Amino acid sequence: MNSFITTDELLLIAPEISMVILATLVIILDLVIKNKSILNFVASFGLLVPIALSFNLLDGTSQFAFAGALRVDYFGVFFKIITLFATLITILISEKYSKKFDDYQGEYYALILISASGMMLLASSVEFITIYIALELSALPLAALITFIRIRSSAESGIKFMVLSALSSAILLYGMVLVYGFTGTTYIEDLSQIINRSLINSELTFGGGALLLGVILITCGFAFKISSAPFHMWAPDVYEGAPTPITAFLSVASKAAGFAVILRIVYSSFSNEQIGMDWSVLIATLSAISMTLGNLIAIQQTNIKRLFAYSTIAQAGYIMVGLAALSSLDGGQDNAGPAGILFYLFGYLLTNFAAFTVITLVSINTNSDSISSYSGLLKRSRLLTLIMTISMISLIGLPPSVGFMAKIYIFGSAMDTGLQWLAIFGVLNSVVSAFYYLKIVKIMLIDENENSEKIQLTTNMSLAGLSCVFGIVILGIFPGSIIEVAHRAVESII
Amino acid sequence: MITEQLIWMIFILPLISFLICSLIIRQLFNNRSIFAGYVAILLIGLSFLISVLAFYEVIINHKQITTAPIEWLTIGQFTLSIGLLLDPLTIVMLTVVTGVSLMVQVYSLGYMKSSGQDSNNSEDPVELGQPVLARYFSYMSLFTASMLGLILASNIIQLFIFWELVGLCSYLLIGFWFHKPSAANAAKKAFLVTRLGDFGFLLGIMYLFSHQHLFPSDSNPLDIITINTYVPLLVNTGLISLTAITLISLGIFFGAMGKSGQFPLHTWLPDAMEGPTPVSALIHAATMVAAGVFLVARFFPIFEISEFTMTTVSLIGAITAIFAATMGLVSNDIKRVLAYSTVSQLGYMMLALGSGAYGAAIFHLFTHAFFKALLFLGSGSVNHSTGTFDMRFMGGLRKVMPITYVTFLIGGLSLAGIPPFSGFWSKDEILLNVFNHSANLNSDGQIWLSLISSITFALALVAVFMTAFYMFRALFMTFEGKFNGGSDQDPNAHAHGPVHLAESPKVMTIPMIILASVSILIGFFINPPFKIFGIDKHWLVETLQHGIVSLHTDFNITLAVISSIIAISGIALAALMYLKIPLINTQTTLISPNFVSKIFKPINTLFSRKYYFDELYEDLIVSSIFYKKIAKFLSWFDQNVVDFLINSIGWSTRNIGAPIKQMHNGQIQMYATITSLGILVITFFIVFGT
Repeated sequence: MNSFITTDELLLIAPEISMVILATLVIILDLVIKNKSILNFVASFGLLVPIALSFNLLDGTSQFAFAGALRVDYFGVFFKIITLFATLITILISEKYSKKFDDYQGEYYALILISASGMMLLASSVEFITIYIALELSALPLAALITFIRIRSSAESGIKFMVLSALSSAILLYGMVLVYGFTGTTYIEDLSQIINRSLINSELTFGGGALLLGVILITCGFAFKISSAPFHMWAPDVYEGAPTPITAFLSVASKAAGFAVILRIVYSSFSNEQIGMDWSVLIATLSAISMTLGNLIAIQQTNIKRLFAYSTIAQAGYIMVGLAALSSLDGGQDNAGPAGILFYLFGYLLTNFAAFTVITLVSINTNSDSISSYSGLLKRSRLLTLIMTISMISLIGLPPSVGFMAKIYIFGSAMDTGLQWLAIFGVLNSVVSAFYYLKIVKIMLIDENENSEKIQLTTNMSLAGLSCVFGIVILGIFPGSIIEVAHRAVESII
Repeated sequence: MITEQLIWMIFILPLISFLICSLIIRQLFNNRSIFAGYVAILLIGLSFLISVLAFYEVIINHKQITTAPIEWLTIGQFTLSIGLLLDPLTIVMLTVVTGVSLMVQVYSLGYMKSSGQDSNNSEDPVELGQPVLARYFSYMSLFTASMLGLILASNIIQLFIFWELVGLCSYLLIGFWFHKPSAANAAKKAFLVTRLGDFGFLLGIMYLFSHQHLFPSDSNPLDIITINTYVPLLVNTGLISLTAITLISLGIFFGAMGKSGQFPLHTWLPDAMEGPTPVSALIHAATMVAAGVFLVARFFPIFEISEFTMTTVSLIGAITAIFAATMGLVSNDIKRVLAYSTVSQLGYMMLALGSGAYGAAIFHLFTHAFFKALLFLGSGSVNHSTGTFDMRFMGGLRKVMPITYVTFLIGGLSLAGIPPFSGFWSKDEILLNVFNHSANLNSDGQIWLSLISSITFALALVAVFMTAFYMFRALFMTFEGKFNGGSDQDPNAHAHGPVHLAESPKVMTIPMIILASVSILIGFFINPPFKIFGIDKHWLVETLQHGIVSLHTDFNITLAVISSIIAISGIALAALMYLKIPLINTQTTLISPNFVSKIFKPINTLFSRKYYFDELYEDLIVSSIFYKKIAKFLSWFDQNVVDFLINSIGWSTRNIGAPIKQMHNGQIQMYATITSLGILVITFFIVFGT
């Protein structure tokens, strides 16, 4: 492997490079320009460059860069695009919100962009050290962003995020060290060969348990990222204290990046049937716990951001169904499970951001995140009510929304791989979740509110909300194109 | 010449019209909603032109065009695709739907607009201060698009989706004057009764789909061509039992019965006349109600397998034909007479299908669509000037409305089956086929089936007499004699402003004239009894049956004469009872209708109370059995058993969450502990679990 950096390699990470350049540009502009509202414009329009560069990489080839540390393939680029869309919408819906911290707007946008570049890098990383660095690159700016409102609860959230993500990083690193110690490699691809060889030579599976422990620890480290039970505890506190657009960013982009790495590791390390079955049972159990726990506690919430934190834990549970369907290999040859994960994440991106567009606006207007502040929203803004209602329909998984298609797809993959019980569990959980999602709709449509002042939408906000809603409905009726892309992405890492 | 894109346009153009009318015109330019009409007419006109092009391409060259299926959904092994299927059957339907739709929409411009000039009437196009034209034309466009989608569907699920969509449009349009309780109720009734049929259809589809593993693996078991090709083979090889295929075809037929108002699901169609008259002309005469006939024709290869189903279809058809005709004899509402006549004619078509005369049924569907739409438009025109639909308050309109009179007369002659009007040719074809069918069965030694077939033939002949009678009764009551006051006299009329006896505007009469000219001779030229002007003998029927049924029936002059005599005697009786002949210079007719109805009082009451079917359904089945017994029990079950379960589940759901919530106490130490414990448990599980 070549140890010099070539121009070709730089082109492969052009999207990440352009993100960092954009972040720098925003900071410089912040220094020289008085009118801060231009920053939002620059950041959002500037994002079109990395988006274009990423689409340019979507040519179906897989190329290694930086001594094999990065693998730029369809799969990685798919996740880059998800991250970029999430970043774009986060910036769009921050327009009004960022006025809360007027003096620091430049830093705010720059940090979002840098964190996003870390997540994009993560999606292409196939080597442990690179994975770790990319992970920290995405997590550290997030910690700063969470504390951005400079009030007690925000600071508390930031500290919690910091400490717990340090804990998960430690777990992750320990796992990586174990793996390196027993295999002498930090490349995911080599890892899979070593595991397969050890099985053929009928040595003890996973080098006598220590290697296995390493893999478990790495997986647990990333389970923190996707806020799966039992590593979900940080999510509600952090989501509640963070600035609302950052909550949305955390719930989508961060989770997508986590799934990207987990999929890569699981695909290469557990491609063996016997091991696959064990992991399938484990992941299925965690998935069932996540969705049940998330839904049951979400019912009791009175704060919309906390409710969404638990909702996101439950959604992580649904997505993990696809992971379990991947690991149980009998009959799952058509990759419906992992392709379902990608499709679900794309749909979740649209759905959650549609909801958070509304949450951001309402929280600016009412200065409150309590669910009761949504009462009478119908009279205050019909558009917001529409966006929120469609988003709730998609989160429950009712047709004709992308959430419905994604659930059909992912539960269908579970049925095909012999995980019928998990699919039934998932559907039952969806019914439970309808309770709190529909409660929000009921509050918006039926409950009265003495405050009937109209809520004004900015162009950016309505653009973000409406394009999400449009995507939800269109993909709910014609999901074919994205499903096809998801399949191609999954095939590129096999 | 005709490309896939063009065929898609046939369906997409009305859909675009719907989107423009509902999303742009209705939202932004509702005060100039007449533009909705122009948009709809323009786009449906284009759609009609493409259909005519396709007609030449497909029918002349015996071509069957299918478009490459577009994959819609793939879940595991199951793929749902959408595509178009263009065969002679589709093409005939396409011309009917786009042609009649175009005429009706043009007519609506005049009918709907002028009925709005007086804002005191209840058919008031101004609702809540808003003009209704945009709403009207958006529904009509949606209906046309759905109907075209139904006809063009290449796959049974796609067909079912559009089947439901036309049902929805029918609901919306029957209830168009939704502020009138009678219209709202009629809409509900139509929706519920047809849904009952749709349920059977859906069961049929599901039962069929449960045999999907028997189909070749590279074929799509939902595709209509695949179904029609493989199901007969599978039945022949014994893989699908005859009972199964009988149940499947009966299920599909049940759906057709609902849509086509066949006995005993006919009750909704007369009530559906609450909708605006052009709607009745398009949906409840020419197109949607014919969808049931289309459906049976579409799956004809399946129906044909089961003798039981075929007999059922022909029997139901014959019963409906005569049953509806009897109710038409006594109705005083001109639209209801036409509605009963529609049900009766649809019965004829079903009878033809059940007797294996596939081509004749579609031929009759084709001619019927034009002359029945014409008759409805005529009744609308009459209503336009008199303000009522009750024929007892009409009369003497012949001189005032000459164009309406002449076109109505042409429609009436065609419906009655008088040569050379188009209805004669198609009805004769049906009668002949039924007669031959009975004879064939007899020579095959199937005495019982032959007997049933003969009975249906007899019923059909009686219905010919009744049809001619009620049609000319309506004609004489409306146009002859002296004027009886219109809406000024009719206490039940939804007053239409002051009565202004005059011919309708050109925008209404021209579509009627066009439809009338089509009704005169098209039946002869499209399916001539001998080769003429380069048109082959029995051209339409042969084309339709090409490759499906090899049934040859030559024109039979004896039968034609007999059926014409029967029809003429029906007209003569109507004339004796309702025409005041000036020569005798008497104030009464030769036979007094009152006298006749007194003699046959019980029968008269039975007919005019519609055989008490509404009472049977509503009082006995719905109210006594369903509501008071079943629903009452279910309500008890719901309150005491289901609610108890739900409440306890809800209670525990809410309270299980509480202790877990306690763990989320905000203490970071707690969180770290649980994380670490989680890892321990997982490791333990993986290492020692297996």
